[in-house]
Amino acid sequence: MAAPDSEAAIVARGLSHWFGAGEARKQALFGVDVTIRRGKLTVLLGASGSGKTTLLTLLGGLRHVQEGDVRVLGLQLAGADEATLASLRRRVGFIFQAHNLHDSLTAMQNVRMGLEVHGRAALRDWERGAAHLLGLLGLADRLDYLPAKLSGGQKQRVAVARALIGNPEIVFADEPTAALDRDSALNVVDMLKRLGRARGTTTLMVTHDSKIMDRADRILTMEDGRIVEDRAGPAADHDSRAGGVP
Amino acid sequence: MSVAAALERLIGRLPIGWLQLAHSPVRFSAALAGVAFAVILILMQLGFMGALIDSVKVPYQHFAADIVISASDMNTLADGGPAPRQRMYEALAVEGVASATPLYFAKLDWKQPDGTIRSLDTFGVDPAARAFRTPGIEAGRAALMLSDAALIDRRTRNAPKGLFDRIAAGETYRFEAKGRTLTIAGLFEMGGGFVSDGYLVVSDQTFLKLFPQRAAGAPNHILLTLAQGADAAATAARLRQALPAYDVVARTVAEAMAKEVSFQTTQRPVGIVFGFGVVIGAMVGIIIVYQVLSTDVADHIREYATFKAMGYPQRFFLGVVFEEAFVLAVLGFLPGLVVSLGLYKLVNIVTALPLAMTAPRAVGVFLGTLAMCAVSGAIATRKLARADPAELF
Repeated sequence: MAAPDSEAAIVARGLSHWFGAGEARKQALFGVDVTIRRGKLTVLLGASGSGKTTLLTLLGGLRHVQEGDVRVLGLQLAGADEATLASLRRRVGFIFQAHNLHDSLTAMQNVRMGLEVHGRAALRDWERGAAHLLGLLGLADRLDYLPAKLSGGQKQRVAVARALIGNPEIVFADEPTAALDRDSALNVVDMLKRLGRARGTTTLMVTHDSKIMDRADRILTMEDGRIVEDRAGPAADHDSRAGGVP
Repeated sequence: MSVAAALERLIGRLPIGWLQLAHSPVRFSAALAGVAFAVILILMQLGFMGALIDSVKVPYQHFAADIVISASDMNTLADGGPAPRQRMYEALAVEGVASATPLYFAKLDWKQPDGTIRSLDTFGVDPAARAFRTPGIEAGRAALMLSDAALIDRRTRNAPKGLFDRIAAGETYRFEAKGRTLTIAGLFEMGGGFVSDGYLVVSDQTFLKLFPQRAAGAPNHILLTLAQGADAAATAARLRQALPAYDVVARTVAEAMAKEVSFQTTQRPVGIVFGFGVVIGAMVGIIIVYQVLSTDVADHIREYATFKAMGYPQRFFLGVVFEEAFVLAVLGFLPGLVVSLGLYKLVNIVTALPLAMTAPRAVGVFLGTLAMCAVSGAIATRKLARADPAELF
């Protein structure tokens, strides 16, 4: 049975997308239909060029929808202007494969940037919150370090903290654990799972890391711009196993 | 309080622009040096322009007169045809005019013992009349009645060392000019301009002996004083009505001074060159700051794209770039001002030009520096469009 739209964080219907123009125009997505429930960890699998990144950027409001109907956190993205997309992005978090930390900001300041976008009120007591989150990620002794003084894994964990500090309703992640050792990777994923249970945070993650797939509630496989497989993950509860794709 | 804390308090957010600049000290220093260089360039050009204007004004400010009658083609004290003395008598008949005296003007070379020449702007005046309000000239009027007597400006550039002190102490000093021997009968203070090194005042009789081609009936200018209570502008207007416009024109001293300032700064090459210097200085500043800011934007394009992905609006990025522009303007202006003050002093000592920093000029250049950096920032922000968050995945 499909999840009702009211329980869904993301609903896409007939989502298609093209790149380029004229004869070079190439279709990347072909009428994708998908509904993703709140509070669940969904893993997106697929070979390079299968369309998973395009799907992620469209659902995250990083691209304008060309064709189809996309509703994320109740916001209609088809035809949405840049301000609407930006307002959506303030409610979600992104974890990129590259950390993209600001090189002149300390770990704490980089994390603060995840709060500052919400205005001054969000900064109340930010230092305690940022230090706590970095501590949970094993960086308690690196709070005032610049990125240049951090290892690749440490930088990635700062990026995770930056994405989570603002209590996002959805986390979009692209190979977030590629730079992490096994324990750190599992720590991050467990943190996302805990957020899902405690706050209903939804996670949509591109990964090929088998240890993460073990914790997925649902696994979607893409091929040539289409979702070709939709199955419950090893960590799925009964409702999830009942199916998520309409 | 640190700079970062002060800026955070000022702008209400993490001062990313400042932190970015401070993170690359070499580039930051080069940028500040560039801004300071532009500020120095602009302040020096404005200083020279100001000195030009001030030096043009100097003789007018020393005239004991309210109105000047000059030839109708006059642009400066030194050019134009003569003003017929007949006009002086006609002017005396105009309501509001109290007195009139002719003023002769020519350039005189003062040959130094080493063979070099000092150029002196030489005024010929009637010693019986008060043409200048300058104390030294007033005190020396009686001495000018003697043939070949002269009063010399003690601020004349490159005069023999200690000469004026010795003259002040009573030593007699003579020099030859135009085949005559002039005796310095006193000193006054006026100060040289861009063309001449100083001023010399002689009697009209001595002047006509030095310049025999000049006629007593054809002075360069006629200086008028007003009757008590008369209005200068109204009297000048009446004089223009009474005197033939093809021949002479009457202006208040302020009007005559403004006309010459305008001519020197907009018609003469030297004024135009200084004007160009200011423009070039501003352009150098804009280019340097633009280079720094655009490189900085390009270097942080992925971080900016990440911030865009996080939902930061365009005004945030503009704020960061303008914050950097503001920091560069403020921190670049201060050393530029300090160095310029030193250079003003140096040029003043070397050239005796009236180079002085004024508060309006310093404030104006600071505001100009802010504008210059803001323009650079505005151009650099175009590169922000390249920050596409979708490219981050």
